[in-house]
Amino acid sequence: MKFHEARLANGLTVVAEINDQAHSISAGYFVRTGARDETPEESGLSHFLEHMLFKGTDRRDALSVNRDFDRVGARHNAQTSEEDTIYHVTALPEYMPAAFDVLSDIMRPVLREEDFDTEKLVIVEEIKMYDDNPMMVAYESAKEAHFGRHPLGQSVLGTVDSIMSMRVEQMRDYFRRQYAPNNLVLAFTGNGDWPQLFDMASKHCESWEPAETAKRLTPESTGQGGYRTIERADDQQQTMVLVGSAPSLEDPLRHAAALLATALGDSSGSRLYWDIVHPGHAEMCDLSYQEYNQAGAYFLFMGCDPDNAEANLDRVAHVMKRIRETGLNQAEIDRARNKTLSRAMIRAERPMGRLMPLGGYYTYFQRYVSMDEEITAYESVTVSDVRQVLDRYPLRPLTLSTVGPRTDLKMVE
Amino acid sequence: MSDKTIHIERLANGLTIVAEPMTALRSVAMTLLIPAGAIYDPVGLQGRSSMMAEWLPRGAGKRDASEILVELDALGVSHQQSASTSHVSISAAMLGSSLGPALEIMADMVLCPHLGKESFEPIQALALQSLQSLEDDPASLAMTHLRCRYFGDPWGRHAGGTPEGLQAIRTEDIRQAHADLIQPEGAILAVAGSMNFDQLKDQVVRLFGNWKAKPVTMPDSSPPIKLVEHLTKETNQCQITMAFPSVDIKHPEYYQARATLAILGGYSSARLFTEVREKRGLCYTVYAGYEAMYRQAAAVVYAGTGADRAQETLDVTLAELARIKRDGVTQDELDMMRAGLVSGLVMQQESSLSRSASLASDFYHLGRVRLIDEIRGALASLSAEDVSKHAAGLDLENRAILTLGPQPLKIT
Repeated sequence: MKFHEARLANGLTVVAEINDQAHSISAGYFVRTGARDETPEESGLSHFLEHMLFKGTDRRDALSVNRDFDRVGARHNAQTSEEDTIYHVTALPEYMPAAFDVLSDIMRPVLREEDFDTEKLVIVEEIKMYDDNPMMVAYESAKEAHFGRHPLGQSVLGTVDSIMSMRVEQMRDYFRRQYAPNNLVLAFTGNGDWPQLFDMASKHCESWEPAETAKRLTPESTGQGGYRTIERADDQQQTMVLVGSAPSLEDPLRHAAALLATALGDSSGSRLYWDIVHPGHAEMCDLSYQEYNQAGAYFLFMGCDPDNAEANLDRVAHVMKRIRETGLNQAEIDRARNKTLSRAMIRAERPMGRLMPLGGYYTYFQRYVSMDEEITAYESVTVSDVRQVLDRYPLRPLTLSTVGPRTDLKMVE
Repeated sequence: MSDKTIHIERLANGLTIVAEPMTALRSVAMTLLIPAGAIYDPVGLQGRSSMMAEWLPRGAGKRDASEILVELDALGVSHQQSASTSHVSISAAMLGSSLGPALEIMADMVLCPHLGKESFEPIQALALQSLQSLEDDPASLAMTHLRCRYFGDPWGRHAGGTPEGLQAIRTEDIRQAHADLIQPEGAILAVAGSMNFDQLKDQVVRLFGNWKAKPVTMPDSSPPIKLVEHLTKETNQCQITMAFPSVDIKHPEYYQARATLAILGGYSSARLFTEVREKRGLCYTVYAGYEAMYRQAAAVVYAGTGADRAQETLDVTLAELARIKRDGVTQDELDMMRAGLVSGLVMQQESSLSRSASLASDFYHLGRVRLIDEIRGALASLSAEDVSKHAAGLDLENRAILTLGPQPLKIT
């Protein structure tokens, strides 16, 4: 693995982690914008815009965008979160120039009004699709309840109303503000030649105009410990999402928090697994750690027979109480670390598996975070680091959102 | 890529090792398929194979359930055991150095699970909840019902079983199933990634060499069932699912069939995506795919869309099926399909887990493994005329259409 970085005059950062052993190469534009950067009138705009980037440019209509990717067998996709919008493509090395031509082209879309109106309908379908999924409904409402007025409480998809009433000028404004080259990181991972990649990036991107990007607000997030219940009488299961505050992306304790989450709530072999899933009380009870820019959260996802929901919430409270008291012992930390690192190393064998960490960390740290650095950081987590995490983020109060036939559930501390 | 070595070793008891060392990788993955899936569940005890799979890691050999998971975690092994229509399977991915110790544990899980009484109720409760969760997931639910109707019993079964079946199963049923079905004849152990094959083989012979064969008879498949059915459910979206006959992997027109379906709905500029989503904005998800059982195969089409737009979605989808049958495909489409499939094959070389799954699947369906060059060659020799000819023969008459949502749709 060899790392390279350079910056174009317009502020676009280009980074690459070259792996000669790989069979493919991935490229991704990481735009530092998401739902948290939207005004209330713009709710859902970042994600809608992500769709619109595939609808055409000066050189290509929507069909040509898809065709030109497909012609070279490129795997392309995009994703929008609370704070990042990422466009990526993976191709065989000989086809990267062609695939990158399309990927870069769509980063300067025309945003035609006619496409805008048609794509609204697709977004509405996506909203409806998630509305039919109890876990997504519970997750959305839990996030909103937990973060409250904090920008991370804002919905990625928006609502049918916010989407339908959106105007194309709003989108064009937002695009100008947020997609300036100085707000982007372009990352490559896999089998490629750095001078050639950098030339390619310069040729496609040097004409992009820099702009002043809106400053992201990062107020402290304390977590609300709120409660939401959504009745869905016909559901067979009770679906619950619990949220607790956790260290932020920038916090040196993030590795300890990640190991704590694995030991506490991995889908197999964790404390929640042994107390809740293994005995058959709930089909699912997973806890994961989500790091955000200047904020963090643990999310617990549980699905079970509605009759067992109350008892399961008690069991969760009990597991949390015990972990606050005991912390993790060294053996638990070692196991969580082996699991975490083994998964990360396997993921890293594919260029696509390295693209997200490379581009993501560069966006927020403005420096290269290598796999080796991550391994070292995980290896140095101690019992007392985990203790510190628990003292500062004691997994209470927990926000609870519950979806299903029961509307009478409470979190008992 | 033609210098790849694939080792195939059949032990005397019928277990076949299929292994591909991949020198660029540090990871290794294994997929063990045992012919003991849902098709072997007795009528009335559907779900037995899934419960058995869940039971295997709950204590085996000298380790109890907790020791098994603690050791696998310490080795950094990600693992999964499950039942499908045809098999009980165990798959695992890890770094190369963990393969030896992981296999010791896996062998115990297969050969001498405790199947202790204390685990029965938890496993049954989990299996029942997993069916509840399927009921709450409209897209999976519709596809599950479609397979069940189209392939009939037992090949269309959902491996998770039925609530009645799960409730009727007793501890003894599962112990008996383990004694009868967890045996080596027809079993496949596929391993791909970082390994020393000779060491692997010696270890597998030592661990599994004395496993006694007890051949099982694979049930017959029934002819595909033609139907139109609507299941009413108060959801936002209507799920539209369809199946019609395709050819199996041994058939001379297999690659033509895969090409036809890919061009119809296998990538982002494919016809269904273009016509249904891009041009009309009718839905978020729409695709066509291919599903193979042992002796039969089907083309499967899916679209999920708002109830108010479902009729138009169905009409456009059916029109596209008729169009590909009538007009065939173009050279440009064929080239595009080929580029996508070839890239996918090459990229499989970067993932031990997906490669081990492919090795196992190829060996199950073909009794051999196709080298990447063989598949590339077959794709390269396809012409637009061949594929169009295959498309002209699509059996759209014998299709099953199953919809799930607030209102039924009209089939024109």
